[in-house]
Amino acid sequence: MERYVLSALVQNHAGVLSRVAGLFSRRGYNIESLTVGETADPGLSRMTIAVSGDDAILEQIQKQLEKLLEVLVVRRLCPEASVSRELALIKVDAPSHSRAEVLQTASIFRARIIDVCAECLTIEATGDHQKIDSLIELLRPYGIRELARTGVASLERGSVSISLLLSLI
Amino acid sequence: MNYSGARILIECLAEQGVDSVFGYPGGSVIAIYDELHKHADRIKHYLTAHEQGAAHAADGYARATGKPGVVIATSGPGATNLVTGIATAYMDSVPMVAITGNVPVSLLGKDSFQEVDIAGITMPITKHSFIVKDVKDLARCLRSAFAIATTGRKGPVLVDIPKDVTMALCSWEAQSETERAKALAALEARWQPPLGATELADAAAMINASKRPLLYAGGGIISSGAAPELKELAERLKAPVALSLMGHGAFPAAHPLCTGLIGMHGAKASNMAASRADLIIALGTRFSDRVVGNVASFASAAGVLHIDIDPAEINKNIRSGRALKGNIKAILQALVPLVRARDSSDWNGDIDAWKQIRPSSHHADKALHPRFIMEEIHARVPSDAIITTEVGQHQMWTAQFYPFSAPRSFISSGGLGTMGFGTGAAMGAQVAYPARQIVHIAGDGSFRMNCAELATIAHYDLPILIVVMNNGTLGMVRQWQSMFFDGRHSATTLNRPPDFVKLADAFGLAAWRATDASSFKEALALALESRRPCLIECAIDIDESVLPMVPSGKAIEEQILEP
Repeated sequence: MERYVLSALVQNHAGVLSRVAGLFSRRGYNIESLTVGETADPGLSRMTIAVSGDDAILEQIQKQLEKLLEVLVVRRLCPEASVSRELALIKVDAPSHSRAEVLQTASIFRARIIDVCAECLTIEATGDHQKIDSLIELLRPYGIRELARTGVASLERGSVSISLLLSLI
Repeated sequence: MNYSGARILIECLAEQGVDSVFGYPGGSVIAIYDELHKHADRIKHYLTAHEQGAAHAADGYARATGKPGVVIATSGPGATNLVTGIATAYMDSVPMVAITGNVPVSLLGKDSFQEVDIAGITMPITKHSFIVKDVKDLARCLRSAFAIATTGRKGPVLVDIPKDVTMALCSWEAQSETERAKALAALEARWQPPLGATELADAAAMINASKRPLLYAGGGIISSGAAPELKELAERLKAPVALSLMGHGAFPAAHPLCTGLIGMHGAKASNMAASRADLIIALGTRFSDRVVGNVASFASAAGVLHIDIDPAEINKNIRSGRALKGNIKAILQALVPLVRARDSSDWNGDIDAWKQIRPSSHHADKALHPRFIMEEIHARVPSDAIITTEVGQHQMWTAQFYPFSAPRSFISSGGLGTMGFGTGAAMGAQVAYPARQIVHIAGDGSFRMNCAELATIAHYDLPILIVVMNNGTLGMVRQWQSMFFDGRHSATTLNRPPDFVKLADAFGLAAWRATDASSFKEALALALESRRPCLIECAIDIDESVLPMVPSGKAIEEQILEP
């Protein structure tokens, strides 16, 4: 099972998300994360979907997505040719005896402290999937009280644009 | 013009050429029914006994004509009663527009009386759905619904209209023919990418290089109207043609190249051909599990050229070496001239020999044999008769023994396998073609499911002939129980009422009971002559099996021919 990232431009309608999510669940595809938000064109949203599977499954997912009327274009993003970011908010125990170490770890990951109190810190980290995973693993021994992660947001490198593809269709 | 939403619906239906709709009224669609009443001269509404019957009737109408069928139901239970009908149409790619009422917009989401999220419920079984919350969007949504249902791979579309939207006023303008054609063309283009010359040439080369080609044809041939092109291809290649259940009628059964049904209950010749072919050319079909059997051993020696309008079908169930995506008729018109004509195919002799191998049960000496019934009906009805079925043994016997020769003459629930489908479907077909003979073949189990529609058949005087093959059991399940569950016939014996002849009589149909060949012939002659709604109940041996049969999970050449 490999991890793939699909980027889809969809019409910015109520109900599109449930169509896409429903498609994944009834066909038994695994979504790792799904991020959706408006694009530069307010009529369109971009869905960035991280999925696990093999090549054959991915081919099916892409084709089934393309059959949905409100899905305009779907691209498979190749990791080497795209940039990806995820964001995590991590509330971690940081009493005085371990606070310095936690701060140091956060700083190695270029993470920011966005909230602080006597017992804990809330850290904001951005980066690709592995970076966030590693930071979480390093902070786990200190005691993670709460964790909120976004899905992945991803764009192809260079001047390629999925919106341009759309105008060609 | 300023019209109410309900009136806009009527105008949009008329604009789409709809002259018949099936449905059942209720609180949320009362304004729609009021307009249907006022415009009864333009659109005829058929009131069924149950919304499921209306959905199947719309489906049968669509399968018989190729035009979209339309069904109307009220909110809540009215809408949920459509679900099986919509799923049936979805699985067999039948164009249908289902219109449901819903509670007023302000009451949506509040668990109001007779409220249900029908768009959510039907999401996995529709091509698309609309919830129209503003009357200004109604005409656009309805027009899109028809366009979506009838382009690309066809299928059902649901339009859910809250009650206040049906009563709200809005200006309405007719859509010009040009606008409509433009919208349709844009959608068609989305489903059908232009075909490259190299793709065609490569496919033709693959075909020309094959020694033992098999054409495996499905419902796509019928929905794209490609039966003439299929025949031309088969005759050019001298290739055998095997048919999926949905493909029946796509190629004449009596044609020397036809090997008949393929798959679980396929003919020996079809299944052997699929196993021994060096190239399978799949046309408008999806390698369903009922065709393929064991996936790993299916056609392991063959290359596969898959031609289908739905790109997602390519490589879904079976990986194909090469595929052409698009409308089959257009593709075949371009492809056939590139295929080299042959005098014979290497294996025509093998095919003819396999065609001689039939289970002995096909010739068994029975008082009333399913094969005799099917052949007798075929011999007595006009050649343009339409045969509908329910689901089960009688359905397979119909596919095996009735020599279909024309597209849209066989109407049956293939993908979903919906028992109770046929009575409604027969009504839809008869409404579409009042002058043609419709024969509905049913089993006693399936028929009982929606037999309340006899009231509809009688009321509209639809001259359908219903033939109930009564073996007193859910025969297909019994057959499996006999073969694979040590004969424990759990919950399959239907030793219970009603008396079908009395039941038909109570609904006002003429009815006969046939127990042997001569009583069947006699009843059939009287029934066909009457041109009235009729029913013939046929006594069938409880242990009559459908053979050949491939046990599930086995390779399709591993057929059981003798029980």
